[in-house]
Amino acid sequence: MKTIKSPEELRKFRMAVHERVTSKEKIRVRVHMGTSGLASGARPIYDFFKLELEKRNLDATVISTGDMGYCFAEPTIEVKLPGENPIVFGNVDKIKADEIIEKYIKNGDLVDGIIPVNFRSI
Amino acid sequence: MVKVKMQIMVCGGSGCTGNMSEAILDNIRLELEANALENNVTVVRSGCFGLCSLGPVVKIVPGDVIYVGVKPDDAREIVSEHIMKGRKVERLLFTDPSSKKIVATEQEISSQRKQIRIVLRNCGIIDPEDIEDAIIHDAYEALGKVLSEMKPPDLIKIIKDSGLRGRGGGGFPTGLKWEIAYKNKSDEKYVVCNADEGDPGAFMDRSVLEGDPHAVLEAMVICGYAIEAHKGLIYIRAEYPLAVARLKTAIAQAREYGFLGNNILGSGFDFDIDIRYGAGAFVCGEETALIHSMEGLRGEPTVKPPFPAESGFRGKPTNVNNVETFACISPIILKGASWFASIGTEKSKGTKVFALAGKINNVGLIEVPMGTTLREVIFDIGGGIRNGKKFKAAQTGGPSGGCLTEKHLDTPIDFDNLIAAGSMMGSGGLIVMDEDDCMVSVAKFFLEFTVEESCGKCAPCRIGNKRLHELLEHITKGKGTPADLDRLKNMSNVIKDTSLCGLGQSSPNPVLSTLNNFREEYEAHVIAKKCPAGHCKDLMEYFIIKDNCVGCTACARVCPVGAITGERKEPHLINPSICIKCGACMEKCKFDAIIIQ
Repeated sequence: MKTIKSPEELRKFRMAVHERVTSKEKIRVRVHMGTSGLASGARPIYDFFKLELEKRNLDATVISTGDMGYCFAEPTIEVKLPGENPIVFGNVDKIKADEIIEKYIKNGDLVDGIIPVNFRSI
Repeated sequence: MVKVKMQIMVCGGSGCTGNMSEAILDNIRLELEANALENNVTVVRSGCFGLCSLGPVVKIVPGDVIYVGVKPDDAREIVSEHIMKGRKVERLLFTDPSSKKIVATEQEISSQRKQIRIVLRNCGIIDPEDIEDAIIHDAYEALGKVLSEMKPPDLIKIIKDSGLRGRGGGGFPTGLKWEIAYKNKSDEKYVVCNADEGDPGAFMDRSVLEGDPHAVLEAMVICGYAIEAHKGLIYIRAEYPLAVARLKTAIAQAREYGFLGNNILGSGFDFDIDIRYGAGAFVCGEETALIHSMEGLRGEPTVKPPFPAESGFRGKPTNVNNVETFACISPIILKGASWFASIGTEKSKGTKVFALAGKINNVGLIEVPMGTTLREVIFDIGGGIRNGKKFKAAQTGGPSGGCLTEKHLDTPIDFDNLIAAGSMMGSGGLIVMDEDDCMVSVAKFFLEFTVEESCGKCAPCRIGNKRLHELLEHITKGKGTPADLDRLKNMSNVIKDTSLCGLGQSSPNPVLSTLNNFREEYEAHVIAKKCPAGHCKDLMEYFIIKDNCVGCTACARVCPVGAITGERKEPHLINPSICIKCGACMEKCKFDAIIIQ
C-alpha cells in the first residue's frame, strides 16, 4: 500500500474501500475478541465459525474485533446477513453457534440469546 | 439470499421480566398455535433493548416495530392484528412526550435510549488489526480536516468550546491543558497517552485500545499538531498484552499508510508514536510518576508545579491525556464543539464510560451522557442487583473515591456532583454492593490496595495507611472500640492533608465516605460486636435452634473440626471456641436448625 498523501486522497481511498466492501456483500460474522471475550472462550468460537461456515459451503467473512462491553454475556458475536440489520448474540458456545448457523444464517430464523442494540450511536 | 422471516422478539431483560414479559412470551406462543402460525413466525426472548422505562418491550421483524408497555393480555391483539392482518396495534406504540408523535420503529425510538456511544463508537464494530476497516468508519478523517483546515489555536479553541474534561479522574479541562502546553515554547514537546489503567474494576481504556486503537493514535497526532509536538508516547501496562499487541499493529499500519511519520497527509507535519511499558504500579497513573517511570526512574510522583505542561518528559513541555479523553477528540472535530457540548450537564460535557462490576446483573461497559442518574445506570442499564437483593452502595472512583448510597440514586452523575457527594468520578469504575456487603470490609479492601500500592516516599501515606488498615482489621475482628471511630476519622484527615501526591491524598476516601454514610454499621462492629451484613467471620456465631434440630447428626459428621456434639435424636450443640465458621453444617442441615447470629 502506498502512503496516503492528502486528505483528498484519504477520502477517495475510503470511498474505494467502502465500495469494495459493499459491492459484494457477504454474510459477515464478527466475533468479539477483547480480553473479556477471549477469557470467556471467544477463540474456539471464532475457529468454529471459520471452519464450519466453509464446511457448510456458506460464503462468509469471519472477523475478530474488540469487545462491545457486554461482559455479562460473553462470548458475544454479531451476524450480518446481506441486506439485514446486524444482530448480536450473547453467551455463544459451540451448540449455540451451530444453532445460529443452521437457523439464522441459513434460514433467517432468529434464535434466543439476542442482545438488541441498547444505545444510540453517533 | 436468505430472507428473514416474520419474528417476534420479547425483551427478556430484567426490567421487562419483572413486568411479566415471560407471560407475554408464553401468551404469544399460545396465540400463534391457536392460529396455526407457530411454524411461520418465530418467537424469541432477547436481551435488554435499553428501553426499560417503557417496558415490557416487544419487537416485530421485519419492519422493526417496537411495542411498549405490553401486557400479557395484549398478545392476542398483537397476533391477530399485526401478525395476521399486518396492521400495527396503535395503542401499544410509543408516543413521544415532547412532540406527541407516535413512534413506531426501533430507529425512531432510539432517542429514548439512555446510552450514547461516542468513545466506544467502534468497539466491537471494526477489526482493530485492519486499518482499512477503521478507515471505512471514518478513522483519520478528523486528522485530515485538522491538518488541511486548521491552525493550532483554532483547534485548541474547538476543544475548549466542547467542554471536554479529562476522563482519567481529575476532570481538568482538556482544551486548557492543550493551550498551556502550546504556549510553553520549546524545541521539543511530547504528547503522552496515559493508558496505565489501575483502578480495580475499571477496564474501559483497555477495551478502547483493544477495540479501536486508531481512535487514540489519531487523537494523539491531532494533539501533537495542536501543541506543536512531534513525538508521542503511550504509557501502557505490560499486563495488557492484547492491547499492546493491537496497538503495535495499529502503529505499524498507521505508519505504512502515512498517518504517522514525516509529512503526514502532505501537510508537512511530522509526528510519530512509541510505546512505553509500565510495570503495573497504581501510582504511575499519576502524571508526574508516569513521566518519571518513562524516563527510567522510579515511578514516584513529584510536587506540582512545575506541571508537565511546563516541564515534563525529559524536562520538556508534555501533555498527558487519558485514553478515553483522546477517544473523544475525533468526533468533536468531525461533529463540532457545540454538538459535544449539547450532551451532558452544564459543567460536564459529553459522555462517560462506566465499567459496571460487583453485584449487578449486566456486568460490563456502558456509555451514558454526563448527568445520567445512578438509578438509571444501575437499574435500567445495569439490569438491577443480582439475585433480587437490595441495593446498598456503589463505589465510584476506585480506591480514591467513595461510595454512593440509596440517597444518591437520583443524583445526576457528573464530575462536580460526585465530589459534592463525597466521592469522585475517577476513571469510571462502578462497583455495586448489595445488602450482603459489609461496608467496613469494603473500606478495608480498598485500603489494602492502597497500602500495597503506596510508593513509600512520604510518611503519611506509607505509615498512615498501614495504621489505618490495622485499625479496620481490628474492627472487623471485633476488637475495636468506639474511640477507634474517631481515631479513624482523625488519621484519615491527617493523611489527606499531608500526603505528597494524589494517591495518598485520596487513599482515606473510602474510609471517610463509608464512615459518613454507614456510621451505624461501624458502630455495630465496635459496640455490639456484630456485623449487620453477616460478612465479618469473626463477628459471627453459628447456633443450633434446639426446637428445629432432630438430631440427625448430619452437621456433626460434616464439621471439619469436630465442633458439633450431641447424641442421636437429641438436639446438637456447636462449641464456638472450636468452630471455624466455615458454614458446612448450615449447608448440610435439612431442617433450618442452624442459623448465624
